[in-house]
Amino acid sequence: MPTLEHPEYPEATLLHLESIMPCRESQMSTLLSIFGERQQYSFPSIFIYGHTSSGKTYVLQTLLKTLKLPHVFVNCVECSTSRLLLEKILSQLQSLSSKTKHASHTSCDTLNQFVYLFKQETMAEELQNETIYIVLDKAEQLREMEANVLPAFLRLQELADRNVTVILVTEIVWELFRPSTGCFEPLTLYFPDYSIGHLQKILSHDHPPEYSADFYAAYINILLGVFYTVCRDLKELRHLAALNFSKYCEPVVKGEANERDTRRLWKNIESHLKKAMQTVYLRELSSSQWERLQQDEGEPGQVKGLSAHTHVELPYYSKFLLIAAYLASYNPSRTDKRFFLKHHGKMKKTFLNKHEKTSNHLLGPKPFPLDRLLAILYSIVDKRVVPTGNIFSQILMMSLPTVRR
Amino acid sequence: MRVKSILLSAREGSDWTVPGVGWEGFRFFAPPPSGVRTRPLGGRGREWTVPLREGGGALRDEKKLPPSPNAHALAPPPFPSFPYGLRALAGGSRYCVHVRREGWANMSTCSVSKGCFVFKPKSKKRRIASTADYFNDSKNDSEDSGLRFATCESLWKQIKSETEQIQEELNKQLYDNIIRFLRRSHSEFQEKKTEWTCRMKSSEIPTAALVLGVNVTDHDLTFKRLSEVLQDNVTPYVVSLQAKECPGIRHLLQKLMGQLMDCYVEDDQSEEEDYVTVSKKRIRCSLDSLTDWYECVTKKTDSETPSKKRTSSSRWESPPIVVIFKDMESFTTKVLQDFIVISSQHIHELPLVLIFGIATSPMIIHRLLPHSVSSLLCIELFQCLSCKEHLATVIDKLLLTSKFPFKLSEKVLQVLINIFLYHDFSVQNFIKGFQLSVVEHFYSQPLSVLCCQLPKAKKRVNSFSHEQCERIRSLPSFRRYVESQVSEKQIALLTEDNFVKEVTQILLEDLHIYHENYFPVLKCLHIFTSSLPKYPLGKQIRELHCACLEKRVWETEEYESALQLVRMLCKADLVAMLQKCVKIFMSFPGKEFGNTVEKLKEFLAQFQNLEAEASKVQDEPMSSQKELQKKTDLYHLQKTLLQLKDSRSKKLTKFEMLRFEVVDFIDSLVRNYLAPAEMQTLHEVVYFSAASTLCEHLNAAPRTALHTALNKPYFYLKNQALKSDAGCFSNKAPDICIAYKLHLECGRLINLVDWLEAFSTVVTAVKGTDADSVASDEVDEIIHARFIRAVSELQLLGFIKPSKRKTDHVARLTWGGC
Repeated sequence: MPTLEHPEYPEATLLHLESIMPCRESQMSTLLSIFGERQQYSFPSIFIYGHTSSGKTYVLQTLLKTLKLPHVFVNCVECSTSRLLLEKILSQLQSLSSKTKHASHTSCDTLNQFVYLFKQETMAEELQNETIYIVLDKAEQLREMEANVLPAFLRLQELADRNVTVILVTEIVWELFRPSTGCFEPLTLYFPDYSIGHLQKILSHDHPPEYSADFYAAYINILLGVFYTVCRDLKELRHLAALNFSKYCEPVVKGEANERDTRRLWKNIESHLKKAMQTVYLRELSSSQWERLQQDEGEPGQVKGLSAHTHVELPYYSKFLLIAAYLASYNPSRTDKRFFLKHHGKMKKTFLNKHEKTSNHLLGPKPFPLDRLLAILYSIVDKRVVPTGNIFSQILMMSLPTVRR
Repeated sequence: MRVKSILLSAREGSDWTVPGVGWEGFRFFAPPPSGVRTRPLGGRGREWTVPLREGGGALRDEKKLPPSPNAHALAPPPFPSFPYGLRALAGGSRYCVHVRREGWANMSTCSVSKGCFVFKPKSKKRRIASTADYFNDSKNDSEDSGLRFATCESLWKQIKSETEQIQEELNKQLYDNIIRFLRRSHSEFQEKKTEWTCRMKSSEIPTAALVLGVNVTDHDLTFKRLSEVLQDNVTPYVVSLQAKECPGIRHLLQKLMGQLMDCYVEDDQSEEEDYVTVSKKRIRCSLDSLTDWYECVTKKTDSETPSKKRTSSSRWESPPIVVIFKDMESFTTKVLQDFIVISSQHIHELPLVLIFGIATSPMIIHRLLPHSVSSLLCIELFQCLSCKEHLATVIDKLLLTSKFPFKLSEKVLQVLINIFLYHDFSVQNFIKGFQLSVVEHFYSQPLSVLCCQLPKAKKRVNSFSHEQCERIRSLPSFRRYVESQVSEKQIALLTEDNFVKEVTQILLEDLHIYHENYFPVLKCLHIFTSSLPKYPLGKQIRELHCACLEKRVWETEEYESALQLVRMLCKADLVAMLQKCVKIFMSFPGKEFGNTVEKLKEFLAQFQNLEAEASKVQDEPMSSQKELQKKTDLYHLQKTLLQLKDSRSKKLTKFEMLRFEVVDFIDSLVRNYLAPAEMQTLHEVVYFSAASTLCEHLNAAPRTALHTALNKPYFYLKNQALKSDAGCFSNKAPDICIAYKLHLECGRLINLVDWLEAFSTVVTAVKGTDADSVASDEVDEIIHARFIRAVSELQLLGFIKPSKRKTDHVARLTWGGC
């Protein structure tokens, strides 16, 4: 029995939608009911949020595509300025309304202009009777644009007086968006994380053509058993599944075991997956290196991961400059006398106990004058240091972001 | 002061103040406002000429300038720049003020300071003095300066090509690996469409992490070469980006697309020009347009390929776009993250490959990028040869060879190596230092005409004039030589030019032979000393070389202890070393070492024989070993050990005898051939020894120089009137010196009124009786003006800055403040 029901669309399409997007039926049906029929006005703006890879973009995209609703899909990361965003929307609209004519470029600087141009574009006959959907993916970028961009998009339907719905897709909650001056409240829709059962279902959904679905499902089961504790990202899991599957099949290909011999297959793959967790998953090794290792039957120890090369050799003075900078930024300047002078006198004990309880490391590094840095440098290098141009230029290099971070 | 025009030059996107007389508030931001003529200045950012009204009216008129988005004045950095240029402040009515912001915003100029340089306007045609002119201007003689310059040029050309070759060989492996990586990543990209695994795998951007070491200055060359290599072998689309060019994602895309379009033009200039000019203006900085462009380009080349098949075989249908991030660490994380996220969405249409240039450690990638972003990358690590190995090769190929006549003395070499080890790890700087010593040698040493290949040098000696012969006679090493001769010969040497020429030829030949022998023996000795525990003579051959150049190495304690250790080497090591030595001597073509090789081979044969004998007679040492094991009580053990010791000291085994012989032989080689160069006659001709000059140029101490200039003006000005004790004030010193000395006595904040009073007291001190009359709190206007100028000069040099706490005070920025 189909869970999706809608008078507008044929049942076969809905069934197909359900099959390609498992575990997202309720969200889909909500969306469909908000959208209503093609010519009906929908809610002006919808706000969709949920964790990474919980299917937000995928669901929307497939829904809009398979139902052939007129839509514009923009990833806001690509648009660093509002101008780029607006122009992108307009150019996509153009290609919607007139597929044959080559889209001429329109320049659009302000939202006012945008609304005007938007009205013009949607005059086209194909678009007049239908709701147009503008999907803004990674909508958190909108917050960094001009203050009027977000509120305007939220009530674009009203501003443009057209049948349009703006859908914002993001990973953060609406509360972080709401401007202090207030704005039109969109309809919020939450996409919950996939549970382990969901993941299992989705991952085993597309199995390689050469092997049976059960065989692949068993593999996914093992994979999830290893990785579920550290990673719930569907995309990443799919990637890992694809990377390690050839190793899992190895006994079957060699004829050492048949597809049902799960115990043997498990024995073969388990340690391998654990190794993968330490290397590929952390991007210590790249996936292509990992694949090559699998093919060559080599030990992963042969190829060193990125973290194996942490050793950095520095010139003599650079080393001491760094140490001096560290000391200067974490030690309060009043302790300099104590640490760097030979005859500094006695310390007051009470003073020590009172103030030095909180570790300076918790407070973070502090700024310090340059002369203090040099003074500390002179005292920690046991030779006489001539303040040459080379040393000054190294201080300059230190102040560049390389070391500052 | 009337100002006609200001020349401002700065890196794009930086703002600066123009410190100067009463100009503190003047600020100018890039880009220039209307009415400013811009003209490009060779490679140094931009230079703008601002036409000004007479009387400097425009200077105070801040309204004309665009409002600043980030109107914070940069505090003058505490390091003063070079003090010259200031002289021009006085007198005259027309000036060009050249404000250059150096170093503060970019890495290429290594100065911490910004400065104001005032130049008098010159005639438009400025003749650039070539190096040759400097040689000709050289103080005393002009007869052979041209020849010297030519010799220097040709020698440097040889050395340069040699260094380039070394570089090429060293990096070849790295480049090959990267090319292989690019090919591989690309092939995967093409196959991706069909296979199941590829469909399932998330599409990662192939990324090469290139660890190049901390010597940032050397990276440019590597990257330049790398992109050339890639353009020749893999793809025409290579883009290199620098952090300072890309403060935001938009700039990055702009740069990226700009470079790509340009390289497209270069690829086939004839047909596509009109296409590019149209598209370039209307290009939107987004990856969409880039994708369109790429599609367009690849399609075009596809349609063209049938006509020129042979070129297409080496290139692929869709060559990858390589983006090189030259200094990955300096990029802001946001820019990097955004770029990676965006481009990962287009990876299917746009075969991007990233190359990260990393100076520190590859872990920085994970520190800069969160897991969600780094999981979009398929990172492979490539490591460049370590700079120390690089230096070792360069030294081996340039210095430890008799191929080039020019040599460095111990001190100079030490200076260069110290700069390398203590400061920058930069091989390029080392080579630059070497170049400087070549030029300096040929410039300062008139006899350096003889610093060329032996036959040529002999010819040149023949054509020597009397003066030049005199010059030879005045060489300390030649004088020493003369003194060692018998008296008749001494007279001949001092009077007859022809005889001197003859002798010089012989001596030059001797010097040449000395060098030919020196290096093989040095390498041979290095083989023995480089594997000893604690390395008494140094691990690297350069250390050994320095030790040998410094003094008679066989007289040093280190040498003694090294030989002691060699005498304790086991047979296997010794044989291996001897074999290496034989190889070294064989590789040098000179006949000199025929006997040596024979001798060494003989040693080897003897060792071989020993082995044969040893297999026959093994019992004696074995028995004593067994005895040792049998007796367990302390007394007997001691006794036997003592016996053993006695017997060992008394009777040497054959192997030990042989070992001594070998060591003695090596010792004799060292004594014969490794005499320090300074003992050689005429060594001044080929050895450059002015270490202090080199140090001044390469490792200057600006702060010290500035302090000296201000504290003891006599040191630089050489004016007798200024010669005085350091403590007291002289009113004849330049105003700035007086102001400087006075300010040294103050604390963190300096009261300007007090300072002025002290200043006027010092300046008017000599007038004696007049001083009382002036002291009536009226300060002369001229003195007042002089004081203001001195103070603003000090501010310009970064010693003081205006204080916000007290308006009539200035704050000190240097010592004494704390």
